[in-house]
Amino acid sequence: MSALWIALAVCLLGWGLNLWLAARGGRAARVAAPVIFGLGLLALWEGVVRAFAVPEVILPPPSSVAVAIGANLGLIWSDFVQTILKGAVTGWALGCAAAAVVAVLVDRSPFLSRGLLPIGNFVAALPIVGVAPIMVMWFGFGWQSKAAVVFAMVFFPVLVNTVAGLATADRMQRDLMRTWSASYWQSLFGLRLPAAMPFVFNGLKIATTLAVIGAIVAEYFGSPTRGMGFRISTAVGALQLPLVWAEIAAAALAGTLFYGIVSFAERRVTFWHASHRGR
Amino acid sequence: MKTAGPVLSVLLVILGIWYAATVFMNAPQVRDAARRGNVELTLGQTIAATMSEKRPMLAAPHQVAAELWKGIVSEKITSKRSLVYHALITLQATMTGFGLGVVIGVLLAVGIVYFRVIDLSVMPWAIISQTIPIVALAPMIVVLSNSLGLGDRLGVENRLVSKTLIAAYLSFFPVLVSMVKGLRSPDPMQLDLLRTYSASGAQEFLKLRLPSSLPFFFASLKVSIAAALVGAIVGELPTGAVEGLGARMLVASQFGQPLLMWASLFAATLLAGVLIVALGVVQRLADRMMGARA
Repeated sequence: MSALWIALAVCLLGWGLNLWLAARGGRAARVAAPVIFGLGLLALWEGVVRAFAVPEVILPPPSSVAVAIGANLGLIWSDFVQTILKGAVTGWALGCAAAAVVAVLVDRSPFLSRGLLPIGNFVAALPIVGVAPIMVMWFGFGWQSKAAVVFAMVFFPVLVNTVAGLATADRMQRDLMRTWSASYWQSLFGLRLPAAMPFVFNGLKIATTLAVIGAIVAEYFGSPTRGMGFRISTAVGALQLPLVWAEIAAAALAGTLFYGIVSFAERRVTFWHASHRGR
Repeated sequence: MKTAGPVLSVLLVILGIWYAATVFMNAPQVRDAARRGNVELTLGQTIAATMSEKRPMLAAPHQVAAELWKGIVSEKITSKRSLVYHALITLQATMTGFGLGVVIGVLLAVGIVYFRVIDLSVMPWAIISQTIPIVALAPMIVVLSNSLGLGDRLGVENRLVSKTLIAAYLSFFPVLVSMVKGLRSPDPMQLDLLRTYSASGAQEFLKLRLPSSLPFFFASLKVSIAAALVGAIVGELPTGAVEGLGARMLVASQFGQPLLMWASLFAATLLAGVLIVALGVVQRLADRMMGARA
């Protein structure tokens, strides 16, 4: 039981530290508090598993997950390349690019945008992951089918957000462009696309999480012998639970990094927007 | 109804593209079959054949509609071939997960608004939790809930527990974010006014913060229930479920029944549509009770 007491003590200590940080405030607290919270959770996990002697096939402790990560780095890397780089990122990039192009085209015709927006909004709320078996049937077991699922999943959220964004530049600003006799393309690239960027990035960020989910789900319908979804489902069957959690950790890290990169780009591109000023 | 015309014409265009794609994608299959049977097909016959393939690459819209009709209307609801039966199973997991997610989201939001320490330490993890692909965790959740026997203790099926957890995980976040925004939306003037009335903390919460957060709450529910449905369907895939729309898709994919695949996909779509419309009705009722004018 001593492991549990130590873990609880660590948690209490961390919570006390967080209370102090919250009272103190400031930038350091913003970074330190969540880190301490996370470490406390890990300590609790380790403590509970050790204290109650939970078998490894049910819940391995974080320490043995860390060992599994170290021992399987090559394997995890090849799964990462297959699922995230080939499947998710390719599909995400293609889907977002296609959605942006379609949005600009649709925007030229008010009739089309009035017809497409309600449909797009509706489709964006549908369980599109369901196309996964169809895409696997069309494109085979390789990464192409995963990219296709991701493409279908990210297309509508990005389309809807971009079309909404293109409408944000207000009348005054558009009239100003006209008094400067700007052409359609000049006013698109000079005014309306930059003004649409906060909306576009909102769609892009939603799309990153969808992309990772889509790529992994598509692997449940058939995959080559690597990939994160494949590895997780086979390793669960083989009771190699530390490896499963190692893959989960890798997937979590990849998803967070993907999201982080996009929000970093957002901060660089839309630095002028109210939500990023004065921080 | 200014949007009805454009929406209808866009839908018609989509239908047209779909039919064209059906011909285009199924034609190689039809031509192969004709070559094997040493039959010469005219163009018209080829097109007709692409519309009625048994295992089409792309099912024609009317085939999907027929399969849907068969699955929804012709079979008894208790039959395992009935899509309604499977949809109800998925709906059950969706609703329990959605309920759990909403409760967790609201409680966390209240905690975050009232306690700075929770705001600082939990909010970043709530955001990170959404970038973690839950589907990767799904098989683990199944193993955990099975081995702990959570379902038996609660008196429900184990499968339902794991699906519920996954659906709740996906659906709590939209509620959390909007409720934090909503509970913080009363401006300082209004809060000061309540203080001059010497309102207690509970009164401030019940009479000002909660009512002013309701529009945010309902807006988030629509996102949240769509996410819960995705969670329930995804949760059926790696959990070895035999019942539910997700399981139906998996079975259809493994046994090569494309028509069933399409029908399940559209059944899920219909279910999502029904849920979103139902929430819209609830929202309108709540608005009216709050005294909003239509």
